[in-house]
Amino acid sequence: MGVNVADMPVEKKDALSGVSPRLRFRLKERAIESLLQLAALTSVAITLGIVGILSYESFQFFSQISIIDFLTDRQWTPLFADAHYGILPLVTGTLVTTIVALLVAIPMGSLIAIYLSEYASRSVREFVKPALELLSAVPTVVYGYFALLFVTPALQQLWPGLPGFNMLSAGLVIGMMIVPYVSSVSEDAMRAVPTHLREGAFALGATRMQTALRVVFPSALSGITAAYVLGVSRAIGETMVVAIAAGMQPTLTLNPLEPAATMTAYIVQVSLGDVPHGSVAYQTIFATGLMLLLLTLLFNIAGHVLKKRYRQVY
Amino acid sequence: MTPIQQKIARRKALDRFFAFEGLMVMTAALLVLLVLVGQLMFDGLSRLSWQFLTSFPSRFPAQAGIVSAWVGTILVMLVTAMAAIPLGVGAAIYLEEYAPKNWATELIEINIANLAGVPSIVYGLMALGLLVYQFRLGQSFLTAGLTLGMLILPMVIIATREAILAVPPYVREAAYALGATKWQTVRDHVVPYSMGGMLTGMILALSRAVGETAPLITVGALSFIAFLPHPPWQDNFPYVSFQWLFDPFTVMPIQMFNWVSRPQEEFHVNAAAAGLILLAMTVVMNAVAIVIRARFRKRIHW
Amino acid sequence: MKAMDASQTVLKAEARGLNFFYGQAQALHGITLPIYDRCVTALIGPSGCGKTTYLRCLNRMHDLYPGNRYEGEVTLYPDRVNIVGPEVDPIEVRMRIGMVFQKPNPFPKSIYENVAYGLRIRDVSNRSELDAVVERALREAALWGEVKDRLQASALNISGGQQQRLCIARALATSPELLLFDEPTSALDPTATSRIEELVTELKQKVAIVIVTHNMQQAARVSDYTAFMYEGRVVEYDRTETIFTNPTVKLTEEYITGRFG
Ligand SMILES: Nc1ncnc2c1ncn2[C@@H]1O[C@H](COP(=O)(O)OP(=O)(O)OP(=O)(O)O)[C@@H](O)[C@H]1O
Ligand SMILES: [Mg+2]
Repeated sequence: MGVNVADMPVEKKDALSGVSPRLRFRLKERAIESLLQLAALTSVAITLGIVGILSYESFQFFSQISIIDFLTDRQWTPLFADAHYGILPLVTGTLVTTIVALLVAIPMGSLIAIYLSEYASRSVREFVKPALELLSAVPTVVYGYFALLFVTPALQQLWPGLPGFNMLSAGLVIGMMIVPYVSSVSEDAMRAVPTHLREGAFALGATRMQTALRVVFPSALSGITAAYVLGVSRAIGETMVVAIAAGMQPTLTLNPLEPAATMTAYIVQVSLGDVPHGSVAYQTIFATGLMLLLLTLLFNIAGHVLKKRYRQVY
Repeated sequence: MTPIQQKIARRKALDRFFAFEGLMVMTAALLVLLVLVGQLMFDGLSRLSWQFLTSFPSRFPAQAGIVSAWVGTILVMLVTAMAAIPLGVGAAIYLEEYAPKNWATELIEINIANLAGVPSIVYGLMALGLLVYQFRLGQSFLTAGLTLGMLILPMVIIATREAILAVPPYVREAAYALGATKWQTVRDHVVPYSMGGMLTGMILALSRAVGETAPLITVGALSFIAFLPHPPWQDNFPYVSFQWLFDPFTVMPIQMFNWVSRPQEEFHVNAAAAGLILLAMTVVMNAVAIVIRARFRKRIHW
Repeated sequence: MKAMDASQTVLKAEARGLNFFYGQAQALHGITLPIYDRCVTALIGPSGCGKTTYLRCLNRMHDLYPGNRYEGEVTLYPDRVNIVGPEVDPIEVRMRIGMVFQKPNPFPKSIYENVAYGLRIRDVSNRSELDAVVERALREAALWGEVKDRLQASALNISGGQQQRLCIARALATSPELLLFDEPTSALDPTATSRIEELVTELKQKVAIVIVTHNMQQAARVSDYTAFMYEGRVVEYDRTETIFTNPTVKLTEEYITGRFG
């Protein structure tokens, strides 16, 4: 054994007097840090890009079309000779499909979450969770196919008068698509509820159902709200299913059995055609996009407020 | 039975019914997946053939194929990965290992969380205005890849941060105590030890990008491309070629969308066949992600 | 404090009026403490008294987290640098002062790479030089015999006691001038503990050692000097025999006889 402490492998003297090798080292560290910081800042640049482009083009749009007309006109026909620019039909289209989707996804997602977190055995969970994940991994265009060519024909067996394009099938399929988002985030929230709260309920003689509904679910409400908000934003932003299965005719209606265009479907429709850059028609998709973004933001803020309200500290 | 026993029995029955209901709903959800795959197979399996994989789109459904679509998907994914992975990993490393706790960092974090919730078609609009018309990149592979790259960037950042977070602080301290710099610690320890989680996150993000349709329609995908892009290689030095980046593009989901939105049923068969291939791509990617996660978990257990 | 026998001992480091703050909270108050070369200095005291905090000042580990602040000075001899001075690069300090942690924390790499890592970041890449240092360090840490046939095996697949000796070897590979141990045996069984103790006694032949311990017998067995800390202050510092047989402060006596802490 034994290397003398004195003959260290490093240039100790040099190191401490802080001359060039250390300096070079430090410069390299600084350079790397700056590069990584730049990478982090690109996410901000993307946001600025989104907000900038949408605002710029929408500004161009609103300098030609009055914002009052945009919000109150009941027709949306920018591509017709008699052009009307009322966003309302697109907004109702989005709302109807979203509501249908949520009527499917929230009860199903919540029940699945309760089942998985409170009832299911480990092995069931380990099988079901990846399968549900797969449900959310299916490309949306495949769901569109499914809505148009399976769900609609099946529903037509029940309602012979149902049109080939309708918001109901689109909404139902979007609902199925977002079930995994709702269930997995809610389940995580419920599993985070500490066991002693459950045990308190069991000790009072509550059944599992009573414990789940009266103790676990309310305690996890903050996280469950987050799950619902995630589901809502996915449903509002969903494009391909509605573009394929709900038709692309802007129609002011609240009846899910009718065909109608959503905001997203309209953007697709215009993009598929040949619209000259800089025309009013080109600008409409940005105004619609801005509206979509604001709507999503609105729901997210609402969700954030609710989440705060229900936050529990264990 | 005494009244109280009756009450208990009733509550137990209700409890069992509730559990049964949960099970049924779960089964229903999984059944939908089965029906969806079954329907796709029923409609499209017979159309899958060598000819289908190697033909260009055509006016005649029986002669049409997906070669430009799958080649396009691979090339677009290449650009997407090249854009999103270095940026995403870099950003995640910065946020986890370097960033000071201040308002600027907080702003970046809030921004990333919000970006993850922006509808994908909005990315398409941004890319149309910015990449296609402002930067004049055209309706090209480059534009498409960058669009999807921006779309999955938040996903890559979030997954990578989670992976990095799993590396316990005492391992970093061990490296620092030996005199390692921050970058040496990151390069030699943090990154290699979180590689499993990072790779998993990247593949899942890419599998999401493979199925994305709407933003690519917005930037101007063509659905009728009867030629292949320039090859990414060439015969003389430097042997790689980037000309393909500026070629017009199409991808699998665009091709499928085109076929499904036509009235003729023969095209729907093509759509189903394309859907099967697309589904297979995403399922394989998800499976690979699961395998990688399991592998790395076995190798490094803290 | 009593005067030291200065004839045999050379100062390796000395804290003077060291204050340390976690953000607003002051954890160390005016620590003044010499550390002699080729001696073992033990730090004892009840939980939360600041032993770990002081130890981590000595290799600037606190610089890794924001908001921490040093005041006063710790002089490292022979070149008399103030290692907590803001102008001194913490990395340079850590290159000279090694640390072994409470819980064994090997890298999830091979045994060889664990020991070699300190050299690699000092730009040593010559294979034979690395081999030689790895062997030397593993021998010094009394681990060579047990692992020499499986240097490429994962460091996570050896026992806890072996892992801790590996961490010692890792610290020794770069020939530190001062080696810091923070309760190195608290996660180990008695056999592994006594091996580490033997090792510490061996190692002080060539390096100054500071060891934090909760085990009074351990402090008495391995150390030459002992400092008793309480609420962020050094209450008493002396030769270990003196501290354990004839402490001057009542608090010290109460602590080492187990009446509190
Ligand atoms: N990261 C930190 N931030 C704020 N305060 C801290 C931090 N670490 C330790 N402290 C506080 O500093 C004081 C000294 O802690 P330290 O860990 O040095 O004690 P210790 O003597 O090592 O105790 P133990 O014997 O339990 O290891 C304690 O009051 C502790 O609560
Ligand atoms: Mg301690």
